[in-house]
Amino acid sequence: MMTEMRKIVVPGEVLGDVKEKNSGYGTFSEDGKIISKFLGIPKDSSGYLSVVPLSGVYTPRRQDKVIGFVISVEKVGWVVDINSPWTSFLSLSEAVDEFVDLKRTDLRRFYDVGDVIYAQVSDVRGSDVQLSMKTPITRKLRGGVTVKITPSKVPRLIGKEGSMINTIKEKTKTIIRVGQNGVVWISGEKINKAIKAVKLIEEKSHIVGLTDEITKLLSD
Amino acid sequence: MGMKTDEKLIVKGKRVDGRKPDEIREIEMEVGVIPNANGSAKVRFGNTIAIAGVYGPRELFPKHRQEADRAIVQCRYNMAPFSVDERKRPGPSRRSMEISKVTRLALEPVLFLEDYPEMVVDVYIEILQADGSTRVTGINAASLALADAGVPMKDLVVALSGGKVDDTLVIDLSGKEDNYGEADIPIVFLPRKKEITLLQMDGQLTPEEIKNILKNVLKAGETVYKKQKEALEKKYSK
Repeated sequence: MMTEMRKIVVPGEVLGDVKEKNSGYGTFSEDGKIISKFLGIPKDSSGYLSVVPLSGVYTPRRQDKVIGFVISVEKVGWVVDINSPWTSFLSLSEAVDEFVDLKRTDLRRFYDVGDVIYAQVSDVRGSDVQLSMKTPITRKLRGGVTVKITPSKVPRLIGKEGSMINTIKEKTKTIIRVGQNGVVWISGEKINKAIKAVKLIEEKSHIVGLTDEITKLLSD
Repeated sequence: MGMKTDEKLIVKGKRVDGRKPDEIREIEMEVGVIPNANGSAKVRFGNTIAIAGVYGPRELFPKHRQEADRAIVQCRYNMAPFSVDERKRPGPSRRSMEISKVTRLALEPVLFLEDYPEMVVDVYIEILQADGSTRVTGINAASLALADAGVPMKDLVVALSGGKVDDTLVIDLSGKEDNYGEADIPIVFLPRKKEITLLQMDGQLTPEEIKNILKNVLKAGETVYKKQKEALEKKYSK
């Protein structure tokens, strides 16, 4: 088993100098030094020093694709739980293309409480988060199971150009959707094996050579 | 403090538990001990054991307590009934309420609270076993738990107590030294810039003595900081 570790930094650790590098995500600058905000893995790409946190809650950002759970139906839209401290709102106009006569239509026809949706974050203003279903890729997710992982580990689950997630999809014959908010939706044949793989990635995301380990797990 | 004892607390330069005046007790730190919390830690300084859990950032209710531009911190310091020799009556007391507040004030300056408007970060500290310096042990545990929870921080928080026992300046007081010594000062500071976020004093000291204790504590705090770093890295090196 590979146990080579990536370097881990703690909050307050000095990463570099402002004169040489720029301060990226997960860092801040003080007295000319770039300092880590999180317990995480430091990264240096194109002049930006950043830290990928190893834990934490999901902070919605515009353009993010997320998987949400409808928690209530309002008069002109839906309140959606997106695995974040903030709940989001999906308005009727952002969800349905056709004209809807509010007097005669029950909005539960489109989305009901408990439905799982793959949506895009269209706007974030302070604590007000808006969702949209206008992008072609967004849809309602029927059946399947959802698994929650740490949101910051989503890029690791997907891998370089989707290498990791595609391996899992192929080997387990499943359809997988990954939301930026750390919710993973899985449907298909070997669901249990896929869940196992996702959980393993979550647990060992900081270890070098994870792809090999996953391939091994899946080919057993 | 204030209590009298005939026992000598320092004999031939050694303290009641055999330590030198500038020696800290055995420290043990573990991160991620509460699976249901976003972040958690257990810290032991000799016979003092504290466990801290951090929940959030999460939504704050009642709504009127929300701040539109930042998150707030809620802190609870609690001593378990079995943590002391004589059973402690459970529930909040004047003492624990005060410590909860100073703990909150000690932690608030390091957090990037403006990143999470309308939210709350809950910090719960339980003292499982008390043998002096419980508030600093609790704050060390809270520091680790906050880092484990992924709450953005300017720095880790290092806490250590200093004091005066039998006319000798000491650090990291045990229960006996706390009760029968002349003074104790819990100090909380940020190791990178040596900024102090908590400084309390019980007893009597000269300004000169306070300066010396401060110097000793800041120096010994480096060891505590190293232990904290190790504990955080250890969670991910299993």
